Amino acid sequence: MNALTQPQNTTESRRAARNHILMPRLETPFHPRLTALDEVNDWYNWAGYKAPHSLFDEELEYFAIRSTAALFDISPMVKYRIAGPDAERYVNRLTLRDVRKLGINRVHYTAWCDDHGHVLDDGTLFRLGEQDFRLCCQERHLPWLLDSAIGFSVEIREETEEIAGVALQGPTSHAVLKEAGFAGAELLRPFEIGTFAHDGGTVTISRTGFSGDLGYELFVPRAAALSLWDRLWRAGAEHGIRAIGYSALNRTRIEAGFIVANADFVTAEGALRSDRVRLPDEIGLDWLVDPDKPHFNGRKAILEARQNQTLKHILVGLEIEGNIPAEHAIVYHRRKHEAGLITAAIWSPTAKRNIAIASLDRPYGTKFVSDLWVEIYAMRELRYQKMMKRATIVPRPFVKLARRTATPPGLR
Amino acid sequence: MTSFDVPARVTTNAYDAIVIGAGHNGLAAAAKLGKSGRKILVLEAASAPGGAARGREFAPGFRSAGLAHLVNRLDPEVARDLGLTLAPKSGAAMPTVVLDGANEPAVLRGAYGETIDGVSVSEAEAFGKLREKLVYQAGILKRFLRRPPPQLGAIGIGDISTLAAAGFGLIRKGRAEGRDFLRMLLMNVADVADEYLEDDRLKGLLAFDATLGIHLGPRSPTSLLGLYYRLTGEVYGKAGGQFIPEGGMAAVAPAFLKAAEKTGVTIRCGARVGRILADRGRASGVVLADGAEFAAPVIVSAVHPRTTFLHLLDPAESDTGFLRSISHIRTAGNVAKLDLALERMPNISGLTGRDHNGRIVIARSMEHVETAFNPAKYGEFSPDPVMEIVLPSLADRTLAPDGACTLSALIQYAPYKLKMGWAAGKPAFLRIVLDILERHAPGIGKTIIAADLSAPTDIETEYDLPGGHWHHGELQADQLLINRPTRAASGYATPIDGLYLASAGAHPGGGISGLAGWNAARHILSGAKR
Repeated sequence: MNALTQPQNTTESRRAARNHILMPRLETPFHPRLTALDEVNDWYNWAGYKAPHSLFDEELEYFAIRSTAALFDISPMVKYRIAGPDAERYVNRLTLRDVRKLGINRVHYTAWCDDHGHVLDDGTLFRLGEQDFRLCCQERHLPWLLDSAIGFSVEIREETEEIAGVALQGPTSHAVLKEAGFAGAELLRPFEIGTFAHDGGTVTISRTGFSGDLGYELFVPRAAALSLWDRLWRAGAEHGIRAIGYSALNRTRIEAGFIVANADFVTAEGALRSDRVRLPDEIGLDWLVDPDKPHFNGRKAILEARQNQTLKHILVGLEIEGNIPAEHAIVYHRRKHEAGLITAAIWSPTAKRNIAIASLDRPYGTKFVSDLWVEIYAMRELRYQKMMKRATIVPRPFVKLARRTATPPGLR
Repeated sequence: MTSFDVPARVTTNAYDAIVIGAGHNGLAAAAKLGKSGRKILVLEAASAPGGAARGREFAPGFRSAGLAHLVNRLDPEVARDLGLTLAPKSGAAMPTVVLDGANEPAVLRGAYGETIDGVSVSEAEAFGKLREKLVYQAGILKRFLRRPPPQLGAIGIGDISTLAAAGFGLIRKGRAEGRDFLRMLLMNVADVADEYLEDDRLKGLLAFDATLGIHLGPRSPTSLLGLYYRLTGEVYGKAGGQFIPEGGMAAVAPAFLKAAEKTGVTIRCGARVGRILADRGRASGVVLADGAEFAAPVIVSAVHPRTTFLHLLDPAESDTGFLRSISHIRTAGNVAKLDLALERMPNISGLTGRDHNGRIVIARSMEHVETAFNPAKYGEFSPDPVMEIVLPSLADRTLAPDGACTLSALIQYAPYKLKMGWAAGKPAFLRIVLDILERHAPGIGKTIIAADLSAPTDIETEYDLPGGHWHHGELQADQLLINRPTRAASGYATPIDGLYLASAGAHPGGGISGLAGWNAARHILSGAKR
């Protein structure tokens, strides 16, 4: 309904419709807590929400994830609820993996493609019931999801606004949950979902996360967000809990070898240039593609590209000599032939290695896998220091932690 | 690998191919496939074959031969190849008469007005010039009709030769003519007619012929394409001709049926397909509404593309973008069909008895057609519609009892999505149409025994034709050639291996030409992968 359809309050409704300009950046349900803890005032725009790069110190926040427990606000993550008699069939046609194999109260990482097999986004699919799903992702996809529902009896709703999410990651995260009184959380296996009482309602806790560490993600209705934060914060006092921003989490996700849409690859609907789109096999997601499951979007294009060997790119993990992060450096073969680009790179404090994720143009990365170099430009007092460093293709994840999958988790 | 190499799943019957729909395109496809010695099964939902050319009794003792009331684009190559015995009744070509209700009729004789009665000599000459130009230009486009549209990214030798031939056709008459073609191609018919003609009746006729069955007015951009399409049709080698075959239009469906049966095709009527079976991108058979299952490695869908992909095939078997474009096919009909049962032959003012055999167009002028279109844009029917009338029983005495007569009219504009709804709108629209007929044939009203008006919604129901659109989708620039019905299914092959399109919704479009079905069959037989 627009202002013109309500002549009795024209002015009023017009004013109401433009009030969004007073809040150009939305605040998440946890914002009052984040802003109270914030010392550095370093915010960025995450899908229209104000989100912290860092809250006090990036290094210390990183070590909170790896050594104690970290709270990270994931409310801006785009969330869709998909339910109805055809929900399973719908999601199975939408995404790459076989949803029939995803049990109730289980989560899996997946991705979805357009007709040409180009990846629209990746994300996690939560199976909350027989025909009830939550799809979490980086970009917004409602038109695509709705058009995908042509011929299906299914209801699709964006619930980003109404559901608050927080990630609790780190070796003491389970101890925090236990301390907070979430009895039974120790039984959650990786990618399992549990429902627990909270604040007169329930909280959904899944053993998932983006840190490659032991960790959980908690979802509650918006109104219960602050009470959940406080409950965790109090329980975490003795377990080194810290609130963190994205920069620290980003380091851990690189160590874990996870990719980020529109950072490590350009999503199909976001790409302006026709050669920037990527097939799953070109961004390391070939393992998600299940040719044996019923038809899914992009199936024909993906399988044809495999058969005709027309895949153009490959995503690899690199270890680079030295300790200077090679972010966005160009990768060369034999020091002179351009072979690709580094999309994410850090010095890994946990692996004690200089690591990177790179997109290479095949046959680099497939046929030519050695004699790779990266050209790092380090700005040193208004002069670039140019370095040619040797890079080696190594498997991802760069950091693998036993506590990530141990059930029940150790309490320290 | 040809499409036939994949072994059929063994169930009740094993066929090499199943054709869904026994309309003339389905039968043409079946006949062509059957000719190669393959076992073909045609499944038709209605109790008789023929599709929109299926006859029906609309009043006791009075029959209508179906939606089409004359033949103007039966492809001679298709007719020859399939051995269709559809010949014009001996004698002169069927004339076209244009009535404006004030002046004497303009009568176009020969193929699209080789000579014209009732207009000045200079006007007839001007029409001749325009006709010659349009026929020449339509001839350039015509070579694209008999083959699948070129698939961008996979242009073959055949495509190149067609494009080269079109390019040669373009310059054959000199650069000036080539340039003029490119200038005119996307023009509207009104501006083109204004460049050449003075006579309102002739301009009205061109406007009517360019827009009949299409949601465009003569002043809408690209409306000339409709006239080109009309002029790509030929009768005995002459562009723009028209005829009613020996035995009347009721002979059309049996001719195609005979051609198919001759090649050993099995045709089952009353066999409504409920589902096309497909798994992971490959079609394998069909299930009838009654549950019977037939397997075949090739499924040829000669029904509307929208029905094919949204209703017969599980939507989960198609990609989202593809279904999105299929659901965007514009296929809302604009034409109502009137069948009248008359006590005797009507007497149309100013018309000789012989010319009552012709096609009679009521269109006063270009403006008349344009004005008739205006309400259709807003979901209303024309209060002063334009129409094309044929008296079918003159060619086929069996359609009416002795001495009586039938009248068939195609009336536009009658939009499918009528704001007031066709239940309420039909009586009002019928009254308007009968009033017009009364003005042009005084006394006809008293001789009406029965009047049967089919709105687009009735046509939709009667012939399983979404939107009641006989082209199975608007025949406009954005839904032609490589975009008919949509890019990923524009070459008869579809994203589903083994499933092919063969209806008017596929290239080149509607009208009784047989080309969509015949082209589809040839494409399948060629073994081309796409």
